[in-house]
Amino acid sequence: MWTLFQSHANEFISGFGWTILSSIIALAGSLVLGTVFALMEVVPNRLTNIIAKIYIEIVRNIPLLVITMFFYVVVARVWHLNGFAAGTIGLTLYTSAFIAETVRAGINSVDKGQLEGALSNGLSWWESMRYVVLPQAFRLVIPPLGNQFISLIKNSSILAFVAGMDLMYQANMLSQATFDTFGPYIIVGILYLILTMPLSYYMQYLEKHLAQGGA
Amino acid sequence: MQELIQAYSWINLRFLLMGLWVTIEVSVISIGLSFVIGSLLGIIRYMKLGWFSKIVGFIVDVIRNLPLLLIIFFTYFGLPKIGIHMGVMMSTTVAMTIFESAMIAEIVRSGILAVPKGQLEGALSNGLTMPETLWHILLPQAYKKMIPPLVSQFVSLIKDTSLATIIMLPEVTFRAQTIYAQKPQAIIPMFIMLALLYFVLNFTVSQLGSYFDRRMEA
Amino acid sequence: MARKVNQWLATALTTGGMVLLALGLSTATASEVKNEAYQRIQKSDQMVWGVKGDTRLMGLMDIKTGKLQGFDIDMAREVTHHIDPKLKVKLTQVTSGTRVPMLLNGNIDAVIATMTITPERQKVVAFSDPYFNAGQAIMVRKDSKIKSVKDLNKSGVRVLGVTGSNSEQNMKKAAPKAKVVSLPDYATAMTALETGQGDALTSDSGILYGLAYGDQKVKVVGKTFTEEPYGIALDKNNPKLQKKVNQAIKKMRKDGSYDHLVKKWFSRVPGLDWKEIAK
Repeated sequence: MWTLFQSHANEFISGFGWTILSSIIALAGSLVLGTVFALMEVVPNRLTNIIAKIYIEIVRNIPLLVITMFFYVVVARVWHLNGFAAGTIGLTLYTSAFIAETVRAGINSVDKGQLEGALSNGLSWWESMRYVVLPQAFRLVIPPLGNQFISLIKNSSILAFVAGMDLMYQANMLSQATFDTFGPYIIVGILYLILTMPLSYYMQYLEKHLAQGGA
Repeated sequence: MQELIQAYSWINLRFLLMGLWVTIEVSVISIGLSFVIGSLLGIIRYMKLGWFSKIVGFIVDVIRNLPLLLIIFFTYFGLPKIGIHMGVMMSTTVAMTIFESAMIAEIVRSGILAVPKGQLEGALSNGLTMPETLWHILLPQAYKKMIPPLVSQFVSLIKDTSLATIIMLPEVTFRAQTIYAQKPQAIIPMFIMLALLYFVLNFTVSQLGSYFDRRMEA
Repeated sequence: MARKVNQWLATALTTGGMVLLALGLSTATASEVKNEAYQRIQKSDQMVWGVKGDTRLMGLMDIKTGKLQGFDIDMAREVTHHIDPKLKVKLTQVTSGTRVPMLLNGNIDAVIATMTITPERQKVVAFSDPYFNAGQAIMVRKDSKIKSVKDLNKSGVRVLGVTGSNSEQNMKKAAPKAKVVSLPDYATAMTALETGQGDALTSDSGILYGLAYGDQKVKVVGKTFTEEPYGIALDKNNPKLQKKVNQAIKKMRKDGSYDHLVKKWFSRVPGLDWKEIAK
């Protein structure tokens, strides 16, 4: 196992790097996009409410693979996208729907009086959101957002379907080249765990603390 | 327009629907199995039965934190190495069950933890044993609260069966790919159809879920 | 603090456990029984073949009937019949990526899936005698001025290939100045060729003629520039099965049933001399 890792360290490390890069880009992108859609859902405007709702429901109910393949084989005919780009875009859109739901739940759990108070103090709706509600909402949703990030890292293995150079893709390539169907996957599994396990334990720890702090 | 009608010919639709049936079969069996196994694992972890619960907890955490795709590869290409041979369908069902059981175990454990502590203490001081308390007091309340996260986990499971295209499970995504590989002009109609089929299936499941949720609350 | 230490210990233990498990598994595979696949076939009264489902003429999923069909599939049936008329044929769809692991794991007994006999592959699997004489060729759009592989050796020319096939490496040798663009499957590669993302698509003649068959927008040009004999792949430790398969192929060539199959699938393909394949 160790010799396999040593002799193909380059592939594993580059796969690890691409997985991290894709996850970080998708996290940033889906945080922005998800927050935008969450705001569109709560803003007092029927039209944007409906648009956001439709977007979220559609994206949440379709497999990530279908979204990613769509970008890879359909959208790429118009704009040239390589596998990494198509996979990361698919990942961003898919995750954004879940983040939108999480952020909206956070906004809704902020006491209604806060928004009313801010409005009656002369702040506009946007200002009240920006300075009063959103900061509190984000604090509340840190643990669920962390769990979304863990899912995102795991889901980034979708890049393997579109030659996105990530960990899973490297494992497939290596297993095809060496005809070893065990070693590469064990190593890649450990590398995924190095990314996700600490995060997962940290989120459990945070959840416990926040729950105690709140009580 | 002509191409659209050709893409949605009865021959193609029937081919896709047969795949949708495979998706549903694998999903239903995996949902049933992982609900039972996941509940057991979650209860074992909650009960804090010394080392036993700790070991179960580690395994659950490891599986939860691995990509499902990796687990699918493992069951299909790794397990035969120790003499366990399964067909594609069986392999997928086993892989899905392993992964989803771990996810559900966590939902069940935190569901039980969310029941107010006083209930547990009250029941125990009234002379009920721990298993009785669990069965009559904690679980009924916990499962009521767990319906929304469980349902969204089931929806994830249905969507994730598409990952088994990589081991050539003839489910609906795989069949759509087969069609547009043979008729490139059918690519866009096939993606629209896939989106529609998954949406209808999953939306139905989530609506059923929220119906039960409301009925339980009432 | 103690909790945190516990958690780290847990992670370390699980990781260690997985490594131990892996070691145990890899030693378990070291002891192999000879003629395992042959015995399995005898016992179960069926022979499981790995075949392609996305390659017209060789192995293609028929959307109408939901059945696999093609030259490879017919070969699989005939060879099985020659080994033992009692045996049932079971077909399992494979890709270039999955066929070797599935064979080594014993998920399938034999592979007949446009698989070229190469020295590299011979290190891990056993091959039958060649049953199909393919060679690498190129396909271009109907209106293209490219006539052979020589016309590709210019800078700025993009040649499309499919990941995992050996034709990409061959192309780098045959036309070093061209850029090879590697795509995951033939559906994507065909679309890319038709929309002008590349100037030519390269693969084995057996696959290209299948892709071009019935498609008005593309054509196969020039002669094949490599030799790609296809073989039936088997697990290495099965000399008995290998002998039986070779005998079956020999018999088929003698009694004319082989020629009949080649004619059935390839005689109507424009521009292809079926006698070349059956050599």
